[in-house]
Amino acid sequence: MTREIAVVAFAQTDHRRTSEELSEVEMLMPVLHDVLDQTGLKTADIGFTCSGSSDYLAGRAFSFTLALDGVGAWPPISESHVEMDGAWALYEAWTKLLTGDADTALVYSYGKSSPGSVRDVLTRQLDPYYVAPLWPDSIALAALQAQALIDEGATDEPALAAVATRNRAAAATNSHAQLRGSVPQGEYAVRPLRIGDCPPVGDGAAAVILAAGERARELCARPAWIRGIDHRIEAHGLGVRDLTDSPSARLAAEKAGAFDRPVDTAELHAPFTPQEVVLRRALRLDDSVRVNPSGGALAANPMMAAGLIRIGEAAAGIHRSESDRALAHATSGPCLQQNLIAVLEGDPR
Amino acid sequence: MSKESVAVVGIGQTKHVAARRDVSIAGLVREAARCALDDAELTWADIEAVVIGKAPDFFEGVMMPELYLADALGAVGKPLLRVHTAGSVGGSTALVAANLVASRVHGTVLTLAFEKQSESNAMWGLSLPIPFQQPLLAGAGGFFAPHVRAYMRRSGAPDTVGSLVAYKDRRNALKNPCAHLHEHDITLEKVQASPMLWDPIRYSETCPSSDGACAMVLTDRAGAARAPRPPAWMLGGAMRSEPTLFAGKDFVSPQAGKDCAADVYRQAGIADPRRDIDAVEMYVPFSWYEPMWLENLGFADEGEGWKLTEAGVTELDGDLPVNMSGGVLSANPIGASGMIRFAEAALQVRGQAGEHQVEGVRRVLGHAYGGGSQFFSMWLVGAQLPDS
Repeated sequence: MTREIAVVAFAQTDHRRTSEELSEVEMLMPVLHDVLDQTGLKTADIGFTCSGSSDYLAGRAFSFTLALDGVGAWPPISESHVEMDGAWALYEAWTKLLTGDADTALVYSYGKSSPGSVRDVLTRQLDPYYVAPLWPDSIALAALQAQALIDEGATDEPALAAVATRNRAAAATNSHAQLRGSVPQGEYAVRPLRIGDCPPVGDGAAAVILAAGERARELCARPAWIRGIDHRIEAHGLGVRDLTDSPSARLAAEKAGAFDRPVDTAELHAPFTPQEVVLRRALRLDDSVRVNPSGGALAANPMMAAGLIRIGEAAAGIHRSESDRALAHATSGPCLQQNLIAVLEGDPR
Repeated sequence: MSKESVAVVGIGQTKHVAARRDVSIAGLVREAARCALDDAELTWADIEAVVIGKAPDFFEGVMMPELYLADALGAVGKPLLRVHTAGSVGGSTALVAANLVASRVHGTVLTLAFEKQSESNAMWGLSLPIPFQQPLLAGAGGFFAPHVRAYMRRSGAPDTVGSLVAYKDRRNALKNPCAHLHEHDITLEKVQASPMLWDPIRYSETCPSSDGACAMVLTDRAGAARAPRPPAWMLGGAMRSEPTLFAGKDFVSPQAGKDCAADVYRQAGIADPRRDIDAVEMYVPFSWYEPMWLENLGFADEGEGWKLTEAGVTELDGDLPVNMSGGVLSANPIGASGMIRFAEAALQVRGQAGEHQVEGVRRVLGHAYGGGSQFFSMWLVGAQLPDS
């Protein structure tokens, strides 16, 4: 039998276009205090800490070492870091708790996109020999995916606009979101994508606390139990992928048990509108599922944190008894190359 | 529910060199992975998940290169995790992979760490100026030299101890075909006459800058039972971190290192590391870190570590051999260096270390550290299952 592990607390910044007056540590610290305060835990009470961030966004090597100051890693702590979205830091922490070596874990991630042009920075993620020298930016690659979907008849520009509208309308009640309410679709960014089809560029951080078994029940009135979590990656070359489908998201969802029973809520990490179309199909989400009540990544997309925020938002819905079974999704890489799925459940009401 | 036991059944390394201009980054990692699979007599299909680690992405100029490496690592359709914990990353990566097996999430996983430092200049890659923050000086040596001086003053160690370590490690490297530096004409006098880089650290007491990769196949008891060669069993493993700078920080013997070792020893039932552990592969990028870590890891009392080095205890034929492979001083593909320590420890207990094999070793410690002496990862491996 497996250990039961739950998300017991979630906190995030108010995501903003720029936080130039704050260092990453200053941006992160209030979030860490918030998530710890929710449980009454102190750093020293935490069994394992894991974070996700990117040196390329920070513009310096070992940038995560400074964030450790915010954690207050003294006396020394059991700690690890992934150069990935915080959703994968949560995955690592989940395996650590499964071994029984720790009962609680603090997971955090953060990213500041404001110092540079994230659209160009992300080109450095591509095959360094054959693709990166051409500097195809993230919006151009998402536009390729959009065009593939349109060519296949799976969507059209008005349908994409409707995705943007619905997400930002949902974000109207999310005080943390960066783009809320009615946002014009605007001009083409890269045809067929308009500015409204693209995520806002911004800075932000998020943190989650995990706890196992009875410890979770002590720390949270209604823990969001992780019933399954899995992640899969696809080939890197866009030319060998079917951009209208997400076999990796589907496989991860299968392994996480997402198809065993219907979910009532899904938080999808789809920064570009066509990606929500791809994910809804791959994950078999019909209109009975509430998708992105938070507004999703179209409302706030702090790099390296937006995936962890999806898990946090899905869990918070369960904490508030607004949801009983939710799917959370995180992505990384161009055109949904890598995908993580978590299935969260609350105890019966 | 107890943890699943974790065994190392496959180990692969590239020949570490200054510049592997004949292969791409993908080719480099593929080579090490292929070696590890061959050693385990497994195929890509036997691998359920891949855990990769490397140091800062600036070293190759590729952001999150695991995305591009998914194909080369045989990871398409599988889980792929990327770890980055500074210099300790090679060790941390192995521990994250070990947890996938210990937690029974997966049965058999591939873990790999690499650095292709010839793609850039590592020293300046580590020295990017950040406004309003204390500069790290020129490269890692500038940061660590004052702490070495503090150790010398505190312990009263003679000036020559560092050169003894370098002379030993570079000679050990001559027995390790994968080592970067093969200085056949090395003498103690040459080490001591080499140029001073960061006083008291001389050129020959400094690690090289290497291209290289290291891979291991980790598996559970069922996988180990099918393995063609003897496995190395993980008896304990831990990570500890502390802040870079704070009032009262002991840079000579950081508390995080002591705590990490204590955790590993507790898991493995080690009461006296000097007696119960047969050999050590430790992360020594600058020669003086051998005596410093001997103390930090509990092999010597405070201020006494240099006496073990000076007495030849840490030589290949000594009572506690240290860095039989030649260590970081003889090959330093930074992101891989920690995993090489872990893998070399496993090679020793498997009896597969070739010319640098120490006969009869039962328990060997693999050690890595990084950042400002603040990130530690260690594992202890043994020839026997813990409870057999």
